[in-house]
Amino acid sequence: MPDPFDPENPTHTRLPDTHALDYAGNQGMAVEQDQLLETRPEKREEARSLWQDAWRDLRRRPIFLVSAVLIVLLVIIAIFPGLFTDADPRHADLVNNYLKKPNWTDFFGAGWFGYDGQGRSIYARVLYGARASITVGICVTLAVAITGGLAGMVAGYFGGWVDALISRLVDIFFGIPLLLGALVILNAFTHRTVWSVVFALAFLGWTQIARVMRGAVLTVKQADYVTAARALGAGTRRIMFRHILPNAVAPVIVVATIALGGYIAAEATLSYLGIGLQDPTISWGIDISSAQNVIRTAPYALFFPAAALSITVLAFIMLGDAVRDALDPKLR
Amino acid sequence: MGTYVLRRILQMIPVFIGATLLIFLMVYTLPGDPIAALFGDKAADPAQVAQLRHLYYLDQPLWKQYLHYMWNLLQGNFGTSFTGRSVAALMGDAFPVTIRLALVAFAFEIFVGIPLGLLSGLKRGSLLDTLVLIGTLIVISIPVFVLANVAQQVVGVNLGWVTPTVQNSNDISQLILPGLVLGSLSLAFVTRLTRTSIGENRRADYMRTAVAKGLPQRTVISRHLLRNSLIPVVTFLGTDLGALMGGAIVTEGIFNVKGVGNLLYQAIRHKEGPTVVGVVTVLVIVYLVASLVVDLLYAVLDPRIRYA
Repeated sequence: MPDPFDPENPTHTRLPDTHALDYAGNQGMAVEQDQLLETRPEKREEARSLWQDAWRDLRRRPIFLVSAVLIVLLVIIAIFPGLFTDADPRHADLVNNYLKKPNWTDFFGAGWFGYDGQGRSIYARVLYGARASITVGICVTLAVAITGGLAGMVAGYFGGWVDALISRLVDIFFGIPLLLGALVILNAFTHRTVWSVVFALAFLGWTQIARVMRGAVLTVKQADYVTAARALGAGTRRIMFRHILPNAVAPVIVVATIALGGYIAAEATLSYLGIGLQDPTISWGIDISSAQNVIRTAPYALFFPAAALSITVLAFIMLGDAVRDALDPKLR
Repeated sequence: MGTYVLRRILQMIPVFIGATLLIFLMVYTLPGDPIAALFGDKAADPAQVAQLRHLYYLDQPLWKQYLHYMWNLLQGNFGTSFTGRSVAALMGDAFPVTIRLALVAFAFEIFVGIPLGLLSGLKRGSLLDTLVLIGTLIVISIPVFVLANVAQQVVGVNLGWVTPTVQNSNDISQLILPGLVLGSLSLAFVTRLTRTSIGENRRADYMRTAVAKGLPQRTVISRHLLRNSLIPVVTFLGTDLGALMGGAIVTEGIFNVKGVGNLLYQAIRHKEGPTVVGVVTVLVIVYLVASLVVDLLYAVLDPRIRYA
């Protein structure tokens, strides 16, 4: 009897069809065996045939190229914001610069995007704000992928009471909305840094990855090559990390990439609400929040950080979309 | 069917207990003393603090507090907030407003999102399809607090069609703009989900059969294609209902809607433990019931799915 509530039911999500991945995995195995007869197998190469396929597909997609260029640029800005501006983002000159309008001819200068209500260069603040957003996005995604991935893999692989326990835990965490839970946790910190925001989001966010991973592992562990590996005497750890993980990780990567954009938006929302990052950390969310008081006189103070935030989120969502299309043969 | 529903309700109980325990622990074990905060800048009188702690059961060990809370909850008593008002009364004021707001957003998602997704899914690669794809991507990437501010400025101030902030939260006509803003993100997801689902199903065998039988196109699309394509959309809409009610913090704040989001935000900021736990408990129930309803709807949409 089908139970559509089961997370592994593919009607639930837009994730790559795990059966198709399973098939691709089997195919990889067949090729491996063929080659075994002829030449010494390059095992690492063969196990990645799906990935090579996906990579070849990705390189041809304009969406992927655009988002990849954007992300590389954003990461460079996040690491070396000083490369793009000489202005100090914390230098406030209320006397000369209070809400000064953008100076469009001042390319890459302090006054390019104008000045905010504290007399600070908006251009410099937009550049320096990238670091907090990108750090939160990448760190939360990594933390979530590792904890959620491990939990999902253990639940899917061992089954039984371990699965029941982890699945109920996932259900419990899933019932609490991300933003609400993060607000409650962060409200307890009087001094909040990037790491407290990362902790709050990762503490509540791992369930999504755990569900996806569990579903993928459940399909993959039925595969013949897993049985074969076990028959050859491979240990649990080897089966899990060498045989199951490479074949089950594709949907996790897709979900994690799309979620990365969501975490960046969540950080900005928390900072906007005043329970996320705090001064002196520079965050687009904080800047948008202070700019909304002067939206009538200085809409540019809101526009630039908002545009930077939107472009960043957009870049990661586009990347996730492109990766999903490349990894999901059904949509080709 | 009956036994299936019963089994699902029984399965909800541990999840419900776990989720309330989790939020209870998050609210009451994290640092920050709500009773001390009640006194503001003044020095707290120890006797009064002790009396208040006793009154709110805070002088007991945590597990006893939780059992006490759950025991009251089973009798329908959500407790009293630190300002002395009954939490049930606070929620009674806030929930009807948020339900109206969520309904506006929900209707927007269904009546705009599904047709848009259907059209672009049927005409893949057309101008409309490209516009829908780009438009939804833009909506997804713009954070709701930016969208709300821009909508408020443009529609409320520049065009003057509505008052920039909501004057009377019980008037549904004033909730339309906040509702549209609240629903916009989910609208984009519904549109894309419908589009993908239609795209996958339109080449299915049953579609060819239906066309070959000579059925009119309208019947083929509405009875066969749409019905089969709606399952992932319904799943999303079901989980979204709870998210709309809890996730309205930002929208309600900007448009001054006196709903659950506003209540929760104030409660979290002032460490109003009983209110936070009470509201989240109700939201967890909404989430659990919505996911059950979604599962029952599957059987309506796809007769192959039966619950014995």
